[in-house]
Amino acid sequence: MSLFGILYQFSDSFTFLILAALGLAIIFGMMGIINLAQGEFIMVGAYATTIIINQGFPYPVGILGGALAAALLGFVMDRLIISHLYQRVLDSVVATWGISLVLSEGMLQLFGPSMQSVSMPLGSVSIDGSKYSVYKLLLTLLAIGVVILIYLLFTKTEFGRKARATMQSRDISESLGVNTKAVYSETFVIGSALAGLTGALYAPTMTITPTMGNNFMVQSFVTVMCGGANPILGSVLSGGVLGLVNSTLSVTISAFFGKIGLLIITIIIIRVLPTGFTGLIEKTGARRRR
Amino acid sequence: MMHAKERLKNNVFEYAIALITLVVVLLIPFYTGLYQVNVFTYYLICAILGISIYFIWGIAGIFSFGQAAFMGIGGYAYAILSKHFDDPSKCLLYAAVAIAIACAVAAILGYFMFYGGINDVFVGLITMCVTISCQTFMSQTAGSQWQILGVALGGDNGLNDIPGLTIGYYRFNELSLFFLLVILVAAFYIVIKIVEHRKFGYAMLSVRENRTRSELLGYDTAKLQVIVFTIGGGIAALAGVLYCCWGYYITPASMSLKASTIPVVLAAAGGKRSLISVILFTVLYYILSNYLTSAGADTLLMLGALLIVVILVLPQGIFATIIQKLQGLIQKAEA
Repeated sequence: MSLFGILYQFSDSFTFLILAALGLAIIFGMMGIINLAQGEFIMVGAYATTIIINQGFPYPVGILGGALAAALLGFVMDRLIISHLYQRVLDSVVATWGISLVLSEGMLQLFGPSMQSVSMPLGSVSIDGSKYSVYKLLLTLLAIGVVILIYLLFTKTEFGRKARATMQSRDISESLGVNTKAVYSETFVIGSALAGLTGALYAPTMTITPTMGNNFMVQSFVTVMCGGANPILGSVLSGGVLGLVNSTLSVTISAFFGKIGLLIITIIIIRVLPTGFTGLIEKTGARRRR
Repeated sequence: MMHAKERLKNNVFEYAIALITLVVVLLIPFYTGLYQVNVFTYYLICAILGISIYFIWGIAGIFSFGQAAFMGIGGYAYAILSKHFDDPSKCLLYAAVAIAIACAVAAILGYFMFYGGINDVFVGLITMCVTISCQTFMSQTAGSQWQILGVALGGDNGLNDIPGLTIGYYRFNELSLFFLLVILVAAFYIVIKIVEHRKFGYAMLSVRENRTRSELLGYDTAKLQVIVFTIGGGIAALAGVLYCCWGYYITPASMSLKASTIPVVLAAAGGKRSLISVILFTVLYYILSNYLTSAGADTLLMLGALLIVVILVLPQGIFATIIQKLQGLIQKAEA
């Protein structure tokens, strides 16, 4: 296999891990809530995108629509359910599982067991005699773009400052006049929108079913676990390491061993670094300052 | 013992319900057919899985989606052993080995998690990933190269024609298997109620309530969690063995995401801190879902909606709240 082929495999794994995990990581990092309905938000995004594109709209509109649909859903779920559970982390896990059940079963009732998916756009390029999908290459660039945007959102804007303050100390931020409940709500909506975007972007590459969210579950969880509480740096680092392991094993043995390898490496990483890569970053950062 | 008397008084309502339930369940074979009895046996197997979740989550606060994986491992191990040796008189030995294998897996996984300082939600995520991986692995074993002890694993079709449960020369039939399950569930209830008020039980409670404080008081919390997780895995594996003895088959679906989450959710909705609530709610859910599914309703959708409402309105769980309220009324009436 050529060097480009190996790089392509890696960037494919990396992109998938990052996109699957980012929404989950932001909600977890800011609110401490593990959103078990993450996969179903992805699924909703994919459905919305597929429906919009099948109506004859261009792909970018469909992808935007997918993200918006999930954001809207996230807003409604937050108002109805999650906002009552901000301080009850374990209860929120069980509740989001209930949401995921309602969403996937509801989708099954609404649209049946599967939906005609849209074809992958942009065709393929041939490098060194092997064909590569242009769309998948574009996805990597998009993923990097999304990470940069989120980074700017959390470091350069008023919302980002409030959000980071809330993350560090909820009580002190509140006493300084930050409406932490609003920050939590906005964070949940952003996380949901990112999940929807992921579903929208991967909609042309997958079979559209009510349970398609499960395809993202393992990958997103292990990425967030290895990443730790820092949603951006942690996810990128763990996406890089896990992507490397996953692509190497997938290419050399089989896709199944790629998946199992992810799990084993995750268990080892958290055994060594209980707070994930976030802890590692903080440790080296502290050492340098000293 | 004054202490025990006090306890009996405080829980008189729960014990009464447990006793009534036992009597009602024991009477089932006398007013329904053998088919219904056999179906009910399955519900009791699910109740044992629920008991394993109560043991690790309700008492010790370990939030795990891995019980279905241990059930599957126990079931598969038992199926492979009994098919390979094909000697029904040694059933109990196979069951013991199968449960030991599942315990070993739970102990290793527990070691990595709890000594690694992983807790709460993350235990849930790791165990969920493990369960999904077990299912993915078993699903792709359709080829003839996938054999353990000469028994083909069979991919999605799983293992069929597993010999039924035999102890010595007695082969269990549908009726006796039902009574065995009733005895087992009752025995688990009694044993766990006793253990809860021994040193070990109090240690588990303290780990659940506050790990740092327990550690400062001299408890080895990680060790305790590994022990609890291992025992919980063993109970789940017993459910797996019984499942094989009941249906004579096991498939990777027994370790699916659905299979791993439903028992946890049932425990949460019934009342995870109350053993009788977990058992009752689990059995009642299956009775109701069986009834509703045959009427054409989507029970998973309803379960999800019910769960959300329960978490928002009655975070202690439906049955646990009811029992608590009624017990309070009794005490008030006495006073």
